[in-house]
Amino acid sequence: MSKMNMEDGLNLTLGLPGRDESDCFKNNKRSQPETNDESSGTTENKEADMETAPATKSQVVGWPPVRNYRRNIVQKESGMYVKVSMDGAPYLRKIDLKVYKGYPDLLKALENMFKLTIGVYSERDGYKGSDFAPAYEDKDGDLMLVGDVPWEMFIVSCKRMRIMKGSEAKGLGYNV
Amino acid sequence: MGYSFPEEVLEHVFSFISLHTDRNAVSLVCKSWYEIERWCRRRIFIGNCYAVSPGIVIRRFPEVRSVELKGKPHFADFNLVPDGWGGYFYPWICEMARAYPWLEEIRLKRMVITDESLELISKSFKNFKVLVLSSCEGFSIDGLAAIAANCRNLRELDLRESEVEDLSGHWLSHFPDSCTSLQSLNMSCLLSEVSFSALVRLIARSPNLKTLRLNRAVPLEKLSTLLHRAPQLVELGTGAYSAEIRQDLLSNLTEAFAKCKELEGLSGFWDVVPFYLPAFYSVCSRLTSLNLSYATIQSPDVTKIITQCPNLQRLSVLDYIEDTGLDALSLSCKELRELRVFPSDPFVADANVALTEQGLVSVSEGCSKLQSVLYFCRQMSNSALTTIAKNRPNLTCFRLCILEPRAPDYQTLEPLDHGFGAIVDHCKQLQRLSLSGLLTDRVFEYIGNRAKKLEMLSIAFAGDSDLGLHFVLSGCESLRKLEIRDCPFGDKALLANVSKLETMRSLWMSSCSVSLGACKWLSQKMPRLNVEVIDEQGDLDSRPDSCHVEKLYVYRTVAGPRLDMPSFVRTMNQNPAYRR
Repeated sequence: MSKMNMEDGLNLTLGLPGRDESDCFKNNKRSQPETNDESSGTTENKEADMETAPATKSQVVGWPPVRNYRRNIVQKESGMYVKVSMDGAPYLRKIDLKVYKGYPDLLKALENMFKLTIGVYSERDGYKGSDFAPAYEDKDGDLMLVGDVPWEMFIVSCKRMRIMKGSEAKGLGYNV
Repeated sequence: MGYSFPEEVLEHVFSFISLHTDRNAVSLVCKSWYEIERWCRRRIFIGNCYAVSPGIVIRRFPEVRSVELKGKPHFADFNLVPDGWGGYFYPWICEMARAYPWLEEIRLKRMVITDESLELISKSFKNFKVLVLSSCEGFSIDGLAAIAANCRNLRELDLRESEVEDLSGHWLSHFPDSCTSLQSLNMSCLLSEVSFSALVRLIARSPNLKTLRLNRAVPLEKLSTLLHRAPQLVELGTGAYSAEIRQDLLSNLTEAFAKCKELEGLSGFWDVVPFYLPAFYSVCSRLTSLNLSYATIQSPDVTKIITQCPNLQRLSVLDYIEDTGLDALSLSCKELRELRVFPSDPFVADANVALTEQGLVSVSEGCSKLQSVLYFCRQMSNSALTTIAKNRPNLTCFRLCILEPRAPDYQTLEPLDHGFGAIVDHCKQLQRLSLSGLLTDRVFEYIGNRAKKLEMLSIAFAGDSDLGLHFVLSGCESLRKLEIRDCPFGDKALLANVSKLETMRSLWMSSCSVSLGACKWLSQKMPRLNVEVIDEQGDLDSRPDSCHVEKLYVYRTVAGPRLDMPSFVRTMNQNPAYRR
């Protein structure tokens, strides 16, 4: 970096006109960042500024410098929350479909969440062998069986999910 | 006077001079040139609406046809300027409505404009043609309806990135059937639905429509209908790019895009379903501009697109493109002038994507025409910056945002002073620079010594002392705009460079160490500066002079202190005896 010709001893005096030069010079001992000179005549405020750790990213206003509409839109993309109800359960759950890589991932998560076994999907028989059938309400308001459409199409069209139980599940491809 | 050219000749000569900087220079030659020039100036650019008053402008330039105004400082984009700060268009329109009956064009940026003002525009100018509201706010759909209804010869309506209150949503139908003059419509910022049938009818009767940017609410299923009506489009912004997977929809869309032989620019792409991306592959070879910065598609899909765009000059993407995608870009797009890479998940500390400094290095190697860069990333090194600088000495705009404040060179853990130093050393035409990462006063010495063409500098979480600021203010000859946040810069550098501030448009400093007393002193010393202190904690009068101000905005003006300030903004007064 010889081009830059950095002079360490940059004798610069700054300050209000009329002030003693030597006063100003004392305040400029910070020209060498490596020498952490605590006895320098820097103002308290400056030191305090240097000492203060930055707040966590999310608490710093306006950082990173991304415009509002860009934040909202992308954040919206990163969550596709849908409600999941289970027949007989007192309250609903909410899951983020974007988090799952595909149907097996999703079904495993549902099994964990609701403490049940859903079984394996087949196009012909639905969720044969299981007391439960995962269903969803699509954009048109129709109740559909989870697994019939490609995953990408599913996550875009799924509005809410319902884990159906027992005999009611039979109507949706459940093999009688 | 008797020896000079007749006025008509000079006027004719001046008519070839359009750049406002050139016109300003012309007006300084002599008094008669000043007079002739001011009568024939048709376009006015005012970079800071508070630098001059409407009255002064109108008195000097009586025959203006086009006005461009900017209001809030740039950092308002990042919520650093509190609501209510100012930037009101109303005083301007009131006087212009009277003085410029033949006004044709209004372009505003970061200003507050009300429905009342919009209505006034629509009714005051018989030949009104162009309205561009960039990052503006304060108006609703009702104001747009007034523009649509009353501007008979409207050519361009562009609401880019503005915040519009959509209450009713139906304003397109206010365009009369007789309105066929529309060439450009940008409503991408509108949140609510518009009447689709009104939109189709409007497009169908606008044979000169070249630019159409839809809002997210226009569904993909309806896009082909619009494209069929406007195959002459040069720039298209889609709405949401998602629909149920249907082969027939894909075929329709593909066919519609194929008919658009003039298409050069694409944007929009919210909610992309990758299945529908191939629909526009046929236009890729012609594309010069592509904005995928809302498209949450992964690197393979992005790469597939850009490798088909050999004529691409401007690209905006999310960091989903990753280093591999940028490698592909560097190989495929040799005409690239401008690259913007936005963060998909800016608030997460760990990288969610494989995008590093390497991607930018690749592009700097492969794209020899690259001039303008905006790059968000999580790591950077001095060696990468130096490589980029050596590769691309033709850079004019370099904005780097390392997401973590004060992040050092990730390899050596040193500050990034040398890297940015290399940038300003090699890129001698650099006009705009944004810094980030760990930086000491050294980088500012480099900048002050080398960046002679630099006009705009943005600094955040950098520097050690007033020396840093002093280097910039005393060294950067072309500096017009300086914006600083969270830096240990205080009174000394400011007060040692007061006359510099009058050569600049503006200086913004927030969360620094500038004292109230220094602000007062500066204001007294420089009567042609407005020294605005923005402090929402209230009670500025009772604070001691030694206390630090939250935010400081200093700008040159011939209009004196403004009169429309909210309570949390004070202009320091020149007269020491007069305390507000």
